Amino acid sequence: MTTWSFFLEHHAEIFDTTLEHLTLVIIAMAFAILIGVPLGMFVVQRPALRTLALGIASILQTVPSLALFGFLIPIPFIGGIGRRTAIVALVLYAILPILRNTYVGLTGIDPSVLEAAEAMGMTDAQILWRVRLPLALAVILAGIRTATVITIGVATIAAVIGAGGLGTFIFRGVAMVSDAVILAGAIPAALLAILADLLLGLLERKLKVS
Amino acid sequence: MNAKPMALPNSVIEFRGVTYRVPPANGHALVSDISFAVHAGETLVLLGRSGSGKTTILKLTNRLLLPSAGHVLVSDRSTSDWDPIRLRRGIGYVIQEAGLFPHFTVAENVGLVPALENWDSGRIARRVEELLRLVGLDPGEFAARRPRELSGGQRQRVGVARALAADPPILLMDEPFGALDPVTRSELQREFSALARRLGKTIVFVTHDLREALLLASRIALLEAGRIVAVGTPQEFLHIDHPEVHAFTASLTTSLVTQPGAST
Repeated sequence: MTTWSFFLEHHAEIFDTTLEHLTLVIIAMAFAILIGVPLGMFVVQRPALRTLALGIASILQTVPSLALFGFLIPIPFIGGIGRRTAIVALVLYAILPILRNTYVGLTGIDPSVLEAAEAMGMTDAQILWRVRLPLALAVILAGIRTATVITIGVATIAAVIGAGGLGTFIFRGVAMVSDAVILAGAIPAALLAILADLLLGLLERKLKVS
Repeated sequence: MNAKPMALPNSVIEFRGVTYRVPPANGHALVSDISFAVHAGETLVLLGRSGSGKTTILKLTNRLLLPSAGHVLVSDRSTSDWDPIRLRRGIGYVIQEAGLFPHFTVAENVGLVPALENWDSGRIARRVEELLRLVGLDPGEFAARRPRELSGGQRQRVGVARALAADPPILLMDEPFGALDPVTRSELQREFSALARRLGKTIVFVTHDLREALLLASRIALLEAGRIVAVGTPQEFLHIDHPEVHAFTASLTTSLVTQPGAST
């Protein structure tokens, strides 16, 4: 069976699985952004917490993804077999680039701009929302972009704990020793990653203020 | 406002024995035992070399810093008693690199403080237009531009317009023309000197350029290593017998020789 004919024959299944994969990624990214960005904003003024948060996030990222999925299975509430566990692991992976870029973006602003903002009588909250955050947005988005590409890749491994997604094809193909089946998972996953990188890159360029 | 009997009736800013040390509390003193008063409508120029404490005095005035000892009074009230936000909204601040917000247009930069003060949008737009004209920029051409689309001189003009936006009685200016080329600088100095006389603001102006000080000052205060060593009107100042004054007057004659066009 050629790869091409497998693709033709199973296009509906491949499409559904791609959607399933994308859903997994979007849910995980939504949580990662909702945690990473506010956490980054919170630790900017708190050096001790910052070291701790960035440290924990860095350690989490060094754990091999397969091991992380394994570790989470026995943990009550967030663990077990299935999508929920996979999402938790993906969120843990995605947080670091988002957290780090939020922090870097918020602190990498021209000091004379911040001094002017303070001297003009803007409150801390106004400086954060009207000056720091808009100026950091492009950098934060770069973090989200990196995290999205990572998540699309790592999400293929989530299939081993029964989360579905394009990894299903890859692991099935490995078991069947079938290139066609492996590629049915690998090609859409790669395309998703490229597409996400491209679209978020465009958005990033649009938001950049020099 | 709780007027203290000691204060001069028309001193808008007053420093009484002010020392500022870098934290921790016993750290290096950036300014030591500084006392002076700035009267309504006058331009006090703080003259001194880099690191003499000029900028620290500005930052103590709008409470970006609080004194380690002594009192800074603005409108007869200690800055430590002022709500910092209210205090700063009444003080315009212009710095060397302008510090314009790169993500705002010129109009949004100038209109920021009025917007923070909840003016309605029509009033802000009129005020922005008025101010851009005042600093010599055509509103039609410049209002919608971003700071990166301006020259250094234009950025400083916008910086001045922004500082004047909510009509604050006090202006603090930290080497506002320091980063400009000599021609643009003397152009802006002359325009600003005329503008300052017309507006009647109380101005504290920081510079290391004696020529600029002589042009703009009602009085000059010379700083050396965090202390005021000489004070006088421009006429008096040139005749003060102090080594640091001599150092500056010597630099003046040099600069007149090297910039013949600027001697007017």
